Amino acid sequence: MRGTEGEDGRVVLDPTGELAPQSRPRVARPHSLDGLRVGLLDISKPRGDVFLDRLAERLSARGLRLERYRKPTFTKPAPVDLRHEIATNCDVVIEALAD
Amino acid sequence: MSAPRPGLAELAPDRLPDGVLAVVRRSCPTCSLVAPVLAQLAGAGVGLTVWVQDDPSFPAGVAGVVDDTGLELSYRLGVTTVPTLVRVEGGREVERLEGWDRAGWERLTGVGDLGPGLSGFSPGCGSMTVEPGVADELAVRFLGPALKSRRVDLGRLEDEAEAMFARGWTDGLPVVAPTEARVLRMLDGTRRAPDEVVAVVPPDQVPCTVEKVAVNAVLAGCRAEYLPVVLAAVEAACTDEFNMHGLLATTYFSGPVVIVNGPVALAVGMNAGLNALGQGNRANATIGRALQLVVRNVGGGRPGGVDRATLGNPGKYTFCFAEDEAGSPWEPLSVERGFGPGASTVTLFAGSGVHGVVDQLSRTPESLARSLALALRAVAHPKLALGFDVVLVVSPEHARVFKEAGWDKARLRAELDGLLTVPGQEMVRGAGGVAEGVPEGFASTSLPKFRPGGLIIVHAGGTAGLFSAIIGGWVSGPTGSEPVTREVGS
Repeated sequence: MRGTEGEDGRVVLDPTGELAPQSRPRVARPHSLDGLRVGLLDISKPRGDVFLDRLAERLSARGLRLERYRKPTFTKPAPVDLRHEIATNCDVVIEALAD
Repeated sequence: MSAPRPGLAELAPDRLPDGVLAVVRRSCPTCSLVAPVLAQLAGAGVGLTVWVQDDPSFPAGVAGVVDDTGLELSYRLGVTTVPTLVRVEGGREVERLEGWDRAGWERLTGVGDLGPGLSGFSPGCGSMTVEPGVADELAVRFLGPALKSRRVDLGRLEDEAEAMFARGWTDGLPVVAPTEARVLRMLDGTRRAPDEVVAVVPPDQVPCTVEKVAVNAVLAGCRAEYLPVVLAAVEAACTDEFNMHGLLATTYFSGPVVIVNGPVALAVGMNAGLNALGQGNRANATIGRALQLVVRNVGGGRPGGVDRATLGNPGKYTFCFAEDEAGSPWEPLSVERGFGPGASTVTLFAGSGVHGVVDQLSRTPESLARSLALALRAVAHPKLALGFDVVLVVSPEHARVFKEAGWDKARLRAELDGLLTVPGQEMVRGAGGVAEGVPEGFASTSLPKFRPGGLIIVHAGGTAGLFSAIIGGWVSGPTGSEPVTREVGS
């Protein structure tokens, strides 16, 4: 097809979002939970609360400060405000993913 | 002598030379016929400018002929016929005539007695800008630079199809190479500007332009006239209510199903009849595929990445069909959803494959409704309720049973809702020896299988076959996905 050939081949248009991902370093994993603020995030999947309730029992018994959070629905990403709140109030977060 | 070609900056339609502008080519008999008329106008003080497409020495006896053998002037002016005569005031076109028409030319130029001895009328010829091959080349040359997508130069020795597989641009089937010429032809299918943002596409939340949709529509194999349908589908899919992100990410079977209503379906040749949910129709196949390729390529949603489907379903390649409105006893889905009769719409549904229902014996609407209800109860699981919407595709032979009995769609839905209200004790966990089911607390109540509005009924299919189809949904409502309808624009 005329007008679409480069010198060495055919020129096509990139169908992708053309994102250039930026990698950011993760926060270092803590050696111990002692003295840390622990968030427990329920994504609203059935029975996620069962898992988190048990974790809360165990972690409370160790004297840790816990904060409970819940996504409005498991089918959508956590709202920005919720993510911000967790990041502000917690040092680590445990998320219950599955049924 | 031809005048120097103006710079491109001077070619914008609001910078035309004042007076009378004629676009001609020597090889056009009508242009040769009117050559003396142009000479007449050149001497009449009307400010004549002539652009000639093939031979700068034509027409004889006219000064100030502009060499447009490169065709860029003609192209930018949108000339499709020669001769074209344009009156320009203040640098802007105010009137245009095509072909030779003495009365028209005299009125446009204000000069009388033009072309004495000529017949009064002669149709023009095609402009060289619209010749096969040339139009594509000009579009690439003059409009191509406006396209923003990155250019990818496939190697001369690379197999084109293999190169696109290797770059991860396909759904597993071959795609059409999105050359500049093809993308520009695709963009002819809409009046929307290529750089207009259509939607923000999940999961990567990437603003997606009309151009990017067009590139993926080319990949999918669409014709240009399908593009407005694809654009509407992308818009609808990327709403918060439809929740394409969750639909992609789920382990469930589901994917976007596109149901098209209104005149656009017929205009672009969609199939609403025999094998409507099957293969073989280009519009059905490629519109649904284009949406999926936008999600894959622009949004970054890929199986094994954010798409975590346990099994998926073949409709995730493409799932798009039109409602058979002409043969339907009922109002179209688009009208039910608040659009005027005659509106063209797409309705996006989070669907998970087709389940067939056989009933070749029911001759009364009561019996057929009971039959359909039995089958509808199995959506997702016979012991689950309220969590999943459904599309019931009623075929012509089944619809006839309801039509002859005078059941409108509301009546059918009401009957089905009644039949699908099930005692909780049959549905609870453990009932019937099956652990799956609704929580025990529902044992003392009755449960509707579908939430209000969760049973969508459309009419499609071939005229032979006492079958209907059930397209089960995904997590319904604000928790998951709401069906979304959008009007198809131009």
